[in-house]
Amino acid sequence: MTIPLSWYLIVAAVLFCIGIYGVLARRNAVGILMGVELMLNAVNINLVAFWRYLNPTDVAGQAFALFVLVVAAAEAVVGLALIISVYRNRTDIDAENINLLKQ
Amino acid sequence: MTLTHIIFIVFAAITLLSALFCVTTRNMFHAALYLVISLFGVAATFAMLEASFLAAAQLIVYVGAVAILIIFAVMLTRGGAGSLPAERQFNTQAGLAAVVTVVTLFILLRVVPFFNYPVQDAAVPVDILTQLGHALVGDFVLPFEVASVLLLAALIGAIYIARERRKGEVEG
Repeated sequence: MTIPLSWYLIVAAVLFCIGIYGVLARRNAVGILMGVELMLNAVNINLVAFWRYLNPTDVAGQAFALFVLVVAAAEAVVGLALIISVYRNRTDIDAENINLLKQ
Repeated sequence: MTLTHIIFIVFAAITLLSALFCVTTRNMFHAALYLVISLFGVAATFAMLEASFLAAAQLIVYVGAVAILIIFAVMLTRGGAGSLPAERQFNTQAGLAAVVTVVTLFILLRVVPFFNYPVQDAAVPVDILTQLGHALVGDFVLPFEVASVLLLAALIGAIYIARERRKGEVEG
């Protein structure tokens, strides 16, 4: 293994922080969801890197990453359905205007 | 600096740069395309970690399915074009968000080299795919079944939430 483990961890950390910025700074609800996807992928890089470097003979690490993938897909599907439903009702997906519950 | 290092750096740069463009570009459709490139870079990272099945699953699930879903969502909501002009893609706290991001990144990068991970120099077993398949219907059969129920629930829930309601039907 020529590449040190910390390189993967650094890439994952930077990707996670880019995702945080996307979630915090975007107004568009689809953009917020994209940020969440980036964060979930950063976590998955960490999981797979730890599996490869710490315990490559045990498949549990890969299985865990696979379940994260499944949950992320389910999250994306429901999130996008909600966004489309909100757009149908209000023709607006600005996260700052989705405040029906507050009124 | 071997060839492996260079390949790693190239793919990491592709992943991180396109992720950065994804969260900073003002055009939502371009953001979706940058997201696809970034997720492809993550799949390449998985391949470099010798997790072949995960790399393939990443390509199919993310670069295939989720990317198309997001592009559809961008198009169905007209990229937010009606309500969100390009100059209003970022909220008033974008500067604060950048500060929070940089602080988090700083903390993470300080923490990463702090631990001394017990790295094993073991090779990945040749039959890792067989083992993974057996583990998914053996040790992990309960989470596997729960995941299938979760996917079914997400499928039905998404259809119910996003379906078009007829006139006179109560909004629910």
